[in-house]
Amino acid sequence: MPYLDYAASAPLRAEALAAMLPLLQRPTANPSSQHGPGRAARVAVETAREQVAALVGAAPGEVVFTSGGTEADNLAVKGAVLARPEGARQLVCSAVEHHAVLDAAAWAEADAGARVALAPVDPAGRVDLKRLAGLLEPGRTALVAVMAANNEVGTGQPAAAAAGLAHAAGAVLLCDAVQAAGLPGVDVGRDGIDLLALAAHKLGGPTGVGALVVRTGASLRPLLHGGGQERGLRSGTLPAAAIAGFGAAAAAALAEREASGFGAALGALRDRLLAGLRALEPGLAVNGDPADPGRSTGAPPWGSPDPSAAGLPGLLSVRFPGRRAEDLLLLLDRQGVACSAGSACASGAVTPSHVLLAMGRDPAEARETLRFSLGHASTEADVDAAVAAVRGALEVLAPQEAAG
Amino acid sequence: MTPTRPRVLVAMSGGVDSSVAAALAVEAGWDVTGVHLKLAETPAHLQVQGKGCCTLADADDARRVAGTLGIPFYVWDMAEEFRRAVVDDFADEYAGGRTPNPCARCNERVKVVGLLARARTLGFDALATGHYARVEGGRLYRAADRAKDQSYVLYMLGPAELDHLRLPLGRMTKPEVRATAVRLGLRTAAKPESFDVCFVPDGDTAGWLERRLGRRPGQVVDTDGQVLGSHQGAYRYTVGQRRGLGIATATPRYVLRVEPAAARVVVGERAELAIRTVALERVSATDGRGPRPGHARVRLRAHGQEAGCQVVPLGNRVRLDLDEPVAAVAPGQAAVLYDGDLVLGGGTVAATVPAASSPGG
Repeated sequence: MPYLDYAASAPLRAEALAAMLPLLQRPTANPSSQHGPGRAARVAVETAREQVAALVGAAPGEVVFTSGGTEADNLAVKGAVLARPEGARQLVCSAVEHHAVLDAAAWAEADAGARVALAPVDPAGRVDLKRLAGLLEPGRTALVAVMAANNEVGTGQPAAAAAGLAHAAGAVLLCDAVQAAGLPGVDVGRDGIDLLALAAHKLGGPTGVGALVVRTGASLRPLLHGGGQERGLRSGTLPAAAIAGFGAAAAAALAEREASGFGAALGALRDRLLAGLRALEPGLAVNGDPADPGRSTGAPPWGSPDPSAAGLPGLLSVRFPGRRAEDLLLLLDRQGVACSAGSACASGAVTPSHVLLAMGRDPAEARETLRFSLGHASTEADVDAAVAAVRGALEVLAPQEAAG
Repeated sequence: MTPTRPRVLVAMSGGVDSSVAAALAVEAGWDVTGVHLKLAETPAHLQVQGKGCCTLADADDARRVAGTLGIPFYVWDMAEEFRRAVVDDFADEYAGGRTPNPCARCNERVKVVGLLARARTLGFDALATGHYARVEGGRLYRAADRAKDQSYVLYMLGPAELDHLRLPLGRMTKPEVRATAVRLGLRTAAKPESFDVCFVPDGDTAGWLERRLGRRPGQVVDTDGQVLGSHQGAYRYTVGQRRGLGIATATPRYVLRVEPAAARVVVGERAELAIRTVALERVSATDGRGPRPGHARVRLRAHGQEAGCQVVPLGNRVRLDLDEPVAAVAPGQAAVLYDGDLVLGGGTVAATVPAASSPGG
């Protein structure tokens, strides 16, 4: 079945499954236990910690395992706010952050005396650094949140430049790298990132596990209290099997990034998809930055040479003018092709995405957007099947046009 | 060639009726897809404990039933259409002194006619719902379970819709529907009935209208114009209402008319509620050919009694001369015409003439 929804969840990699199975089959796998099976689980966890750290240029001791990207973002935002005295709890977030960041910030504003300022983005979805700088309150800003690359439109963000601004104001930078950790990749040292959120399942690991990279010097209050695991920042028995799967997926993603040609091949698949869709629908509009250096083969570098600003090579967000994304999704699903619409609410309904609205699209346009995302196991056949399915969907919808 | 299975979209509210309708559609061998309409705009986290329709729990129930049945399932956000066509209309109608039927309006604009058009666009052959009514030979009939009959809120359907509408519960009783849900292990089997207006979950329509329209104080008067008391908004009153008038009189008084422009509520004796003639607007016929003169039975509210009447077409309106007076007929309500179990069509009550006065005024 053609699966083009990696940004929602990537298929589990064989390496990840192989790393998990022995741990699931053992009699016990509490890595804190003082016996043979416990030590074996601990070895698996620490190996994974090294693999995850290597993916993002961190030291293994900086990796705090969490239940996923959402918890990592929550720990970063709430933990940083609570570590500051009241009066120094201002937060500056890009307007296109994931809800895990924005809603945690909204909580901090409602319940923890924080104030939140949102930095606007340009029509491509890239945060406006000048406006962001103007929102900083030196000495009072606790945290700046600028993601590595946006999950809905794929636009890369100038995280390194944002980190510089944050540091000058005495704040830490949270970079949500849930989507970008594999490709184009992030490097916490190079980019000056203090807090980095990761999720295993976007890399081809299991769901239910992620990490917050907490660099030395960033002070956080824990949200979960108990056994004091993860340097006291995140209590709870470590899920050794899931963490091992995370580590294996991180290692595989790093190997892909370092293998010459993988990123370009993914970008080429994305371009093939875009060309195929354009041929079907001349009015197709691409959301995001079509000239993003991380996304399109042979495209000229966009703007500054900031390597942290590259976007997602495998993500394509497109608008079909006059078509409801809900309708297209149903018709693609009927043909066995999986992709997604802008964003979904708790009930599962497609609602206008805050990212597209921040980029200046109106709600009707936001409801016309489909997101295709490719990854480690994507093939030309997947892309061609998706294009064929879109052709079929547009054919079903065509009589409506003739009648109307 | 093997006959292709009809491709049917089932509207799944998350209640037991539409759950069983979906299950019967699957058992019938149709190619079934479920859809839940998100009609409320309230933020999801406020709806979790909510009553009424369209809560998060209802979407979850519908999804679980679809999973049990093994059918594709989607949630469509039609909150904007619902607000414009049903909720705003509900408030506007009350503000205009009429008594709307939001369920009929919803079926007309969103749930049946609107959804059916969208289903057809998406290549479905038909729409199925959990309404209690029958569609046979392209005509609409009352449900076998007369106590549950919902043909009243479907009267506006014409042949274009009825040809593509399937109502799997039409020949079943409610106990049979529940038994079917139990037999199939559907988790909605024991779900309570929903009542009231789904977007007024606490049932306090007057309070809902006051929040929306603000207070519009005025006077309660008798038919001679004598002031008997005051009120906080004429929209709080419906023709036939007796409670909540806040006046002390020797005999009970009932609302005869609501005059929002003058902010006046006119009350009178019970006998004065009797209506002999009803004028309908926005008239439709289920056979698509328009109302024809002759004798019919008319139902003037969802759970009210029926009366015989002469149907007199007058251009795009219809006059109904009732065989015997009917009490408390409110403008804005649906009037549905029957010939036995067959639904002929209906319209919206535009005006009424009391039995006491001469007709034709």
